[in-house]
Amino acid sequence: MIIAIPVEKDAKESLVSEHFGRSNYFLIYNTEEQEYKFIENSAAKSSGGAGIKAAQIVVDENAEVLVSPQLGQNAADVINEAKIKIYKAQVGTIKENLQALEEEKLKLLSEVHEGYHGN
Amino acid sequence: MGIKGKKIAVLSGKGGTGKTLVSVNLATLISEANYVDCDIEEPNGYLFLKPKNIKTEKVTREVPLINHDKCTGCKKCVEFCKFNALAYTSKLIVFENICHSCGGCMLVCPEGALSTKEREIGRIEIGKSSGVNTYTGFLKIGEPSGTPIIEKLLDRVSTSPLTSIIDAPPGSACTTMDSIKDADYCILVAEPTIFGAHNLEMVYDLVELFEKPFGVVLNKTLDGENPSKDLCVEKDMKILLEIPFDEELGRINSKGHILINESKKYKEMFGVLLNKITKEVGR
Repeated sequence: MIIAIPVEKDAKESLVSEHFGRSNYFLIYNTEEQEYKFIENSAAKSSGGAGIKAAQIVVDENAEVLVSPQLGQNAADVINEAKIKIYKAQVGTIKENLQALEEEKLKLLSEVHEGYHGN
Repeated sequence: MGIKGKKIAVLSGKGGTGKTLVSVNLATLISEANYVDCDIEEPNGYLFLKPKNIKTEKVTREVPLINHDKCTGCKKCVEFCKFNALAYTSKLIVFENICHSCGGCMLVCPEGALSTKEREIGRIEIGKSSGVNTYTGFLKIGEPSGTPIIEKLLDRVSTSPLTSIIDAPPGSACTTMDSIKDADYCILVAEPTIFGAHNLEMVYDLVELFEKPFGVVLNKTLDGENPSKDLCVEKDMKILLEIPFDEELGRINSKGHILINESKKYKEMFGVLLNKITKEVGR
């Protein structure tokens, strides 16, 4: 299973980002291979539609699970279309969230906020 | 000479400075004029002019229409779109409300899988208020860009022999640029605050960039310091008029009345403004 998480820094001890579309990096974790990598979120600097572009990055990494504190409607449309499961992240580190996911303590993110779209 | 057939745009860096106050009163004073409300996110000139015999026209813009049978998922369109209005999962998805109708996706698609369809984004209303022809644009809530509405509004008065007063949207973004690009003269309206001066500088930069002749109306002025006035002195901007912060004005305006119809003092004040503008435009 491939898990994607928006994170603040490209380091193992990083905190999970408060945002999805404008997070600094994404952690891509392959549970079978026990391999992880950080990819820069090129969507973060977009003037608009950052959530859509960030979702495209997650889709292109073949993620099957997304752990994120929140998600805008547009990003959710892309993620749902790709049939990626979305879990609500807890405030904390990558490790704490991966552990919580493994112990099935994370809930599915059913409350999707409307996004903060500007021009 | 004179200002017949000329286009005079009224703009400001922020909302609530008095663009509509200046525009509506100038149009009424000229009496045979066009009043064009390009503040399409919140048009309000019609509340004062109360136009009759309104004709409505829909405004649409083109957004991509996908032929899923032809799409091979190469994602060239997704990568091209600067607004991130396209995504590809197992199929191509269009976010019409984010699309800016640039048409680039259709050009880069090697399969010819993208064509266009019309999306309604708002309307214009054309009416008459005594001698003033009113043109008002309304953008639908949630639509990102109203420039096609502004283009349609300005197209309606482009060859008019009357003076057109263009009430521009606040700020200095695309819709404001579109509103002033064909203007013969610009009036910048500013408030006497530090924030007001900052916003005045933004529109000052804009009219300088567009090389438009312009003058400033200082609104809501009080005794004491006026950062906007200081900026006018610093940048050598011509001050056309100072409108005092006045309870009488506020009362008339809040009732939706037109100032110059209710007050002789203000009719004279706007008369002086119109004379100055006429001279400036004729130069």
